Amino acid sequence: MRGFEQHLDELHAHGIEVAAISVDSPEESRKLSDAKGYKFPILSDPKAEVIRSYGVLHPKAGENGQDIARPAEFLVDSAGKIRWMNLTEDIRVRARPQVVLQQAASLP
Amino acid sequence: MHKSRNVALWAGFGIVILGFASYIPLFILFPITRDVPWANYLMLAAGAAFLAIGLKRAYGQPEHHRGKISGPILSVLSLLMIGVFLFGTVYASKQIPSSSGVPQIGQAAPPFVLASAAGRQVSLADLLKGHRGAVLIFYRGYW
Repeated sequence: MRGFEQHLDELHAHGIEVAAISVDSPEESRKLSDAKGYKFPILSDPKAEVIRSYGVLHPKAGENGQDIARPAEFLVDSAGKIRWMNLTEDIRVRARPQVVLQQAASLP
Repeated sequence: MHKSRNVALWAGFGIVILGFASYIPLFILFPITRDVPWANYLMLAAGAAFLAIGLKRAYGQPEHHRGKISGPILSVLSLLMIGVFLFGTVYASKQIPSSSGVPQIGQAAPPFVLASAAGRQVSLADLLKGHRGAVLIFYRGYW
């Protein structure tokens, strides 16, 4: 997410909004965005319903066996269609904003 | 006879500590050293090489070099750190389930309304409004 924050202006200039989603409460997300200086919205999905609907649930992997999200990135176009996704096989390896910018170039 | 301090042993141990401890605060910040932690692997390998030199000196020329006691201790500690690091980066971080029921490319993204850290209700439509697209980043959270 740090990379997306660093490239946020560039992404916005290309008409791409950025949002992050986890099971953390809004207060917890607030702490994260304050600490890291994230300016994009950080959304809270405490029951992992949205996470489940995107197929990226990691069951019982959180604190006290809570269901959490596995890392993943989706690019959605203005019509609401999914155009690209990155389902990493390694929690350390995340999509780079440059890749998203490349993918975004083909959006209408 | 004066025995010299076994510099290679301690240098090797120090480099292994650096290689072990620098990933999370530093090298994880940069995708180029994060995805494949080559900088840390290099440090761990260099540290191990120095340790090997130090051990060789300690046991090969014990009349000149110290380290017959500290050498094995530092080596075992170093091997532990190398083992934990390799376990974490080669095995543990890959233990995520394969995704299931993921919408296909070209399908409609499941709509949502979620509370933001700023205390607003944000929908997918809000994110897309006035934009050509939106990136949704799912992350594990700071539980």
